[in-house]
Amino acid sequence: MHVRVLYFASFRDAVGREEERRQLPDGSRVADLWVDLSRSFPHFARFLAMPPAAVNREYAGADAALREGDEVAFLPPVAGG
Amino acid sequence: MFLTSDPIDLTAFLGDARPSDGAVCVFVGVVRNESEGRESVAMEYQAYGAMAESEMARIAKALGEKWPQARVRIRHRVGRLEIGEASVAIVATAPHRDEAFAACRAAIDRIKKTVPIWKKEIRADGTSEWVDPTARDAGHGARNK
Repeated sequence: MHVRVLYFASFRDAVGREEERRQLPDGSRVADLWVDLSRSFPHFARFLAMPPAAVNREYAGADAALREGDEVAFLPPVAGG
Repeated sequence: MFLTSDPIDLTAFLGDARPSDGAVCVFVGVVRNESEGRESVAMEYQAYGAMAESEMARIAKALGEKWPQARVRIRHRVGRLEIGEASVAIVATAPHRDEAFAACRAAIDRIKKTVPIWKKEIRADGTSEWVDPTARDAGHGARNK
């Protein structure tokens, strides 16, 4: 399956793109995508823990199941206000 | 719409108290000229637009449930802001001040915690850095630098 991955702020700077389509094995969860990204991008490999994630614009846990076409983002520490 | 790339119009924002409202509590966050001891000249705000909208809608709804008499308006700016410009404005109106103050305070606290918005401080020498409010918490993920 394919998911659409969005990058923001420091993550966007680190990977050099705003978004991309990534292929994952069927049945993958949020944590699996994080492992996949950590293999592609050294910036993510340095993290001690998975950052907060959103699936289809809602916060989602590491165990959340992913489906074809989902929009996924890992979020750097938010700093609004 | 909670996000805007235009300057926040506080006057228009203040004008919509209801006849039953006796209190209008306003919080305005503005860009300041230093961050952790270093001078900055501007702040660049970036949002995960669609999710930021739904998170702020969720917050406004939750506040309405906690303080049923209060009504909360929120605007958050994105893009490059100069020193002194408003980055966020919250107006909480209610029949009495206790609810207005409480809802206003809760709104800004929740916005800072969960709404996917980021800001990059721009310094006088041209360098810049994303603000990380968690940077001082030991062991909370990796640092950017």
